[in-house]
Amino acid sequence: MADIEIRAVRKSYGKNPILHGIDLAFASGEFVVILGPSGCGKSTLLRMIAGLEEITGGEIAINRRVVNRLEPRERGCAMVFQNYALYPHMTVAGNIGYALKVAGVPKAERLRRIEETAKIVGLFDYLDRKPAALSGGQRQRVAMARAIIREPSVFLFDEPLSNLDAKLRVTMRAEIRKLHQRLSATSVFVTHDQVEAMTLADKLVVMNKGVVEQVGQPLDIYHRPASIFVASFIGAPAMNLFDADIDLDGACLAFAGAKLLIDRALAAQLGAGTVTVGIRPEQCIVAPDAKGGVAMKVDFVEELGSGRVIHLELNGHPFAACVDEQTRVRPGDWISLVMPLAQLHVFDQKTGRRIEVDLDPRAVRGPAGQPALVTV
Amino acid sequence: MIQRTPFANALTYGVMIFGFLLLIGPFIVIVSGASQTIQQVNAIPFSFLPQDRLLENMGVAWARANLGTAMLNSFVMASLVTAGKVALSALTAFAIVFFRTPLKGFFFWMVFITLMLPLEVRVVPTYAVAADLFQPVRLLISAVTGFEVSVDWNLLNSYAGLTLPLIATATGTFLYRQFYLTLPDELAEAARMDGSGAIRFFIDMLLPLSRTNMLALTTIMFVYGWNQYLWPLLMVTDPQYKTTMMSLAALLPAEDGTPDWNVTLAGSLIIMLPPLIVVAVLQRWFVRGLVATEK
Repeated sequence: MADIEIRAVRKSYGKNPILHGIDLAFASGEFVVILGPSGCGKSTLLRMIAGLEEITGGEIAINRRVVNRLEPRERGCAMVFQNYALYPHMTVAGNIGYALKVAGVPKAERLRRIEETAKIVGLFDYLDRKPAALSGGQRQRVAMARAIIREPSVFLFDEPLSNLDAKLRVTMRAEIRKLHQRLSATSVFVTHDQVEAMTLADKLVVMNKGVVEQVGQPLDIYHRPASIFVASFIGAPAMNLFDADIDLDGACLAFAGAKLLIDRALAAQLGAGTVTVGIRPEQCIVAPDAKGGVAMKVDFVEELGSGRVIHLELNGHPFAACVDEQTRVRPGDWISLVMPLAQLHVFDQKTGRRIEVDLDPRAVRGPAGQPALVTV
Repeated sequence: MIQRTPFANALTYGVMIFGFLLLIGPFIVIVSGASQTIQQVNAIPFSFLPQDRLLENMGVAWARANLGTAMLNSFVMASLVTAGKVALSALTAFAIVFFRTPLKGFFFWMVFITLMLPLEVRVVPTYAVAADLFQPVRLLISAVTGFEVSVDWNLLNSYAGLTLPLIATATGTFLYRQFYLTLPDELAEAARMDGSGAIRFFIDMLLPLSRTNMLALTTIMFVYGWNQYLWPLLMVTDPQYKTTMMSLAALLPAEDGTPDWNVTLAGSLIIMLPPLIVVAVLQRWFVRGLVATEK
């Protein structure tokens, strides 16, 4: 159990800056997921917490103790690596118990703890095997057991599931979550997979190009993305994002030949100019006729089993919408896409940050007093 | 390209048999010559059929060349060269691959360049150093103080002199470096996270993992050390330190002496046995260590 504080941490390789001042605080027992595309510096940050990378600037404190100058073994962290990094010449028992052996734990106690840990991860029958004789999921479990046995105050996971096949990944994800509930050690989990991030995280950190884009609970981030990057990165299929001109006179957002009526006061608040507007495909409503929505042509349809994703086109701009399995459309059909105002996200184009506007339909009314929808 | 036609098969076998005879030919001459009498071995044409005099000839060769001492010396020398070389290469490669030091690349390439300077090329300066180890210090003292210090410290007629110059070569370092580079970085990092320091990592991880590599190097170095001729010839004047290759040279019939080639061949048969045994025992790992890494 330990809290982690990261203060103004920077990292550069030579003159190449990787992390540009990261400030984060993780509470004790929290499951933190750091999410970002490859090359965003998330693994580097994790390795700096572990002590495998030097810290160029700033401070990292674990349990209010600055660990910048401490060796990995003195930090009380255990790490699970992406490729497991098992010791190939040792048996499963040897792998799991190596940390204790180094620490000089007597053999009898070591064996007892190895067996205990192996039972937790379901490897008790495999203790005599070499890693080469194990399946991917079993190797993953060995790597986790190796971390668990040290009873660390901080667990670090560096994309541990990305080498597993899809089905196993779901199983292991659930196991990691259960394990965390059982051990309740502070966990930091790095991934580029947003499903892993959403399902595992108590606290989600979204990173891009060496800066933290947003920190928050997964659902908050999903519902209120703080920047265009977060909006486009979180959610599958990705959020529809389009440039819209604010028309002060007509009080509407004009995009791709269509118009979205908004409140006059709101338009004035936003000011003249162009903003980026986003809406999630699952929050678009596909109406059978063209009333109250934008008429769009169906480009192609993706089947998901539980529903389908329709890819649409409006004057050359792509849109996507999720529909249930009852809605049958075919490429070439024309449908009407309704975008509820309350679900719209507005972003500043220059800074890429979210503009907080209240687009709730109760406050925003169209000319006829109806909820503002879209006219062509 | 793998073709399976009768002609290709015949050609393949033809080439293989030719190569086999080419390689095994001298060996057949040794075995048959060593088992013949002096008349038989000098007969023209040479008979490739083995006779029954092998053990007598071996006995004569053993006694005449004092092979007991020579074999022991050669064995000690080859073993020391092998052990020293394996230890030195494992450690130098460890330093080069796993530590971040500014001049790492420089040191590696300096070591690497010595691959191009085998002992035979640098035999004169190496001998000069071995024959007078104190020379650099003496030069320094005389340059600074003007005093001539007379200290006689050399490696002539010693096992150290026989082995040290052979240990200090780059082949093993290079072999080990290539092996260490195939190990994933995470292995070292995982060990660090588990609390293991550098020495511990070397002993617990690198040594067991490099076992095949070590055995391959052992095979090569033992044969290399055993077969040394030029260097022992220079370093050794005391018959106590004679090695097998020097004894073998002594077994050659003198120009006007008795042409007892059967004894010479029997002696060489004895001398080639130890490296043959080493290769036979270790050849499985030898091949594996050079072509594949155990993952």
